[in-house]
Amino acid sequence: MNNSSVTITIDGETVEVDVGRTILDGCRSAGVDTPTLCHGDNLTPSNVCRVCVVEVEGSRTLVPSCSRPAEEGMVVATDSERVRHSRKMVLEFLGSAVDVSQARDVDHDSDLSVWSDHYGADPTRYGDQVAKSSAPLKREDDLYVRDYDKCVLCYKCVEACGDDAQHTFAIAVSGRGFDAHISTEFDAALPDSACVYCGNCVAVCPTGALQFTTEFDLRKAADWRPEDQHVARTVCSYCGVGCNLELHVQDNTIVKVTSPSDHDVTSGMLCIKGRFGWQYVQPRF
Amino acid sequence: MADLYISSDVASEGEMAAVAVVLGPDDDALVVEHERVVRGGTRRRHARRNLLLPALHALQNHAGWISPGGLNHVCERLQVPPAEAYGVATFYDLFRTTDPGNREAVTHVCVDGACQMSGANELLAELEAGGARVHASPCLGQCERAPATFVQGLAGPDLVPADSLPYTIPQQGDASLRLLRRIGVVDPTDIDSYRHNGGFAALERARELGPTELVQLVTDSGLSGRGGAAFPTGVKWAAVRAEVDTGRSAHVVANADESEPGTFKDRVLIENDPFSLVEALLIAGYATGATHGWIYIRGEYPLATARLEKAVAEARTGGLLGANALGEGHNFDITIRRGAGAYVCGEETALFNSIEGFRGEPRNKPPFPTTHGLFGEPTAINNPETLVNVLHLLTSGISEYRTQGTERSPATKLFCLSGAVLTPGLYEAPFGITLGELLEMAGGVRGDLRAVLMGGAAGSFVDRSFLDMALTLEDTQKRGTTLGSGVVMVFNTEDDIVAAVSRIAEFFRDESCGQCVPCRIGTQRQHEIVGAGVLDAKHIGLIDEMAAAMRDASICGLGHTASNAVQSAIRLGLIGAGK
Ligand SMILES: Cc1cc2nc3c(=O)[nH]c(=O)nc-3n(C[C@H](O)[C@H](O)[C@H](O)COP(=O)(O)O)c2cc1C
Ligand code: SF4
Ligand code: SF4
Ligand code: SF4
Ligand code: FES
Ligand code: FES
Repeated sequence: MNNSSVTITIDGETVEVDVGRTILDGCRSAGVDTPTLCHGDNLTPSNVCRVCVVEVEGSRTLVPSCSRPAEEGMVVATDSERVRHSRKMVLEFLGSAVDVSQARDVDHDSDLSVWSDHYGADPTRYGDQVAKSSAPLKREDDLYVRDYDKCVLCYKCVEACGDDAQHTFAIAVSGRGFDAHISTEFDAALPDSACVYCGNCVAVCPTGALQFTTEFDLRKAADWRPEDQHVARTVCSYCGVGCNLELHVQDNTIVKVTSPSDHDVTSGMLCIKGRFGWQYVQPRF
Repeated sequence: MADLYISSDVASEGEMAAVAVVLGPDDDALVVEHERVVRGGTRRRHARRNLLLPALHALQNHAGWISPGGLNHVCERLQVPPAEAYGVATFYDLFRTTDPGNREAVTHVCVDGACQMSGANELLAELEAGGARVHASPCLGQCERAPATFVQGLAGPDLVPADSLPYTIPQQGDASLRLLRRIGVVDPTDIDSYRHNGGFAALERARELGPTELVQLVTDSGLSGRGGAAFPTGVKWAAVRAEVDTGRSAHVVANADESEPGTFKDRVLIENDPFSLVEALLIAGYATGATHGWIYIRGEYPLATARLEKAVAEARTGGLLGANALGEGHNFDITIRRGAGAYVCGEETALFNSIEGFRGEPRNKPPFPTTHGLFGEPTAINNPETLVNVLHLLTSGISEYRTQGTERSPATKLFCLSGAVLTPGLYEAPFGITLGELLEMAGGVRGDLRAVLMGGAAGSFVDRSFLDMALTLEDTQKRGTTLGSGVVMVFNTEDDIVAAVSRIAEFFRDESCGQCVPCRIGTQRQHEIVGAGVLDAKHIGLIDEMAAAMRDASICGLGHTASNAVQSAIRLGLIGAGK
């Protein structure tokens, strides 16, 4: 051990973690699989979903691994009965209230359902009379749709729109409790709001609640085929910032544009031109 | 921050005037060029955001709702993005963001426990039938005079109808009282009357001791927090003192949000002896070295707020607050902030966010308030009852202070008795009194005892087999219950206890901030299951599973405790199979 790292124990293994890094970082370097949902490497942890909780010796409650910095000597259990139970319940609660069919654990690059199966979450246990989120589909422009029935309230879009990236603050959480939801002021339509259509909220959304219109329409037509897509990496041609783009191409047509979240220019964020301004590549007559 | 995008809705003259009362005249524009108004940089914006909540109160009171134009005006003045301000406005029960369509005051009727059992729902229906605008409210902190009401004013002050009657506590005049001894004796509106009744002697004594010895005294006294968590007060103060000694600026906060169903002690204390809280906060500031004192008082307490405002103003006029108030170079002043109807804002970190002008969402801990509290600065936050304990400790000395109570729970405690007792009200009794003795103090049970809710909605039910339980931190813990904030809500065999438990489940569902999944969805599911009334073994198992996850994986105490009462009711057979 040295001054720039701490030593912790995860599931009996000794792990060195750089000072300031989280328990989750420790889990990753130890090769311990940990589910995450509201966490993103390019965002401040909101630590609200609680699917990543772990047991830390001496702590009365479980601890969110995505936000809790590792401390010297911490003894962490990631697969105890308590941990498995809470993770199961979180996944089950979400499944009972929200359409999680497209939700993904982005860090793990897998569908969230992988974890639900792993922990044995059964959202049907609450019966079919339970309250679910019921928000009308918002399709207010040609660029992206907002389908908040899929929203797990992970706060990522709010952070991307706000002070983690865009500093536009067009959307925020409003309401309280089970009725809390993402909204503009007075639920104004996006084109009438502060939104600048950078699409950074879409980029970070882990559930498909925010989606490129192209993707949404293809999915609706049951023609969204990730296995047939290829990703072309290029540099945005509009200005001199030099953002890297990943063009997702299906049937020789661009269907969405992302940027790598670990790219040192973009951290996954783009502006409206790089994100949505690619129609000239494939003129439609 | 990018330039704000503000929609075209504009505020009315009246709304602007109402906002100007809280924010001052619109002279904060630094540069005005054509349509562009520049109001200064990031620092300035941060310094003003904490005025958002008072400005929203002004809009609500003026128009009966927060209109798009009004919100825009406030956002422009404070440079807060409208989406965020809307998120804040929609967080609170006392704010509306849709036009009510009329301009009448709204009568809030408490539908929680004690009031629910005293015909609150009938009263609500009756008022509504009579044409009044009504709102079903969670506990209004007047459980001793159930069913309780609160009238939210329009273009005029809020008001509690019951406040027009003189207030007495059952133990009035009892010479053994400590925390309540001035109630009914002192004139709560007069600083001289406070002085004549021993006021400010404790502050004087504190300054003789000096901060170090003072903090040590509080630690040695064994005083623990009365807000519910029973954390040692001296430890908290010492931690903040240590931060101040490294050169950081710090805050002391009195948490008078008092929204735990069944709790009304801080209201009675502040309404009838407001200077004692001012003095105690000064002492806390002196001990910790903090320069800012804050009192966060719940929005439904108009009388307590008015009395406190007057007390703070008189203290300021009298030179007790302001520059060098606590000695050469130690400035200290007090700011009062009103809540706006959100139980969760009593959680300390949610309270900080609320003051700062953000949604009242609790923060993940650690870091703790003593290092990262209000505005990210070291903060000692205490319940008013905790704070006024220090007055008695200082004036009578530690050995006298510890003559009452037990070794681990020294001194006295305020108990809020409500429901089926002959004389509901606020009682001060030494720790260690048994539950049965306390009920006798309140004139005994009205009817046949069914159950007692200890510690509020976040606490748990006990039955007659607990009457011999000594009311101390250690004994209640040993027997699987809690003193919490001192709630003792009594139910007799005539009361509809099933409805009461269901209402508690609903309370948590309504009051969850919605931030974390276990609590946001868990409280909803719990209410659905309890409310449906079918509690077979399968459902009880499900409740236990949900409770375990809420207790383990939620961010704050609201989620951690949301199942306590429900589970205890099942254990005692008050609901479910044994019923
Ligand atoms: C949901 C919730 C509501 C709370 N409400 C209050 C309250 O109204 N008043 C209070 O003093 N403490 C309340 N607390 C406890 C505070 O977080 C904090 O522990 C307390 O103010 C510290 O003061 P003390 O040490 O003097 O008790 C609440 C806690 C939770 C989780
Ligand atoms: S819309 Fe997507 S990113 Fe935003 S809170 Fe919902 S799930 Fe998270
Ligand atoms: S995405 Fe926007 S900022 Fe980035 S290079 Fe393209 S035009 Fe420039
Ligand atoms: S436990 Fe409940 S009240 Fe507390 S942060 Fe989570 S959702 Fe909010
Ligand atoms: S991933 Fe850690 S709380 Fe959501
Ligand atoms: S005021 Fe009604 S229960 Fe407290």
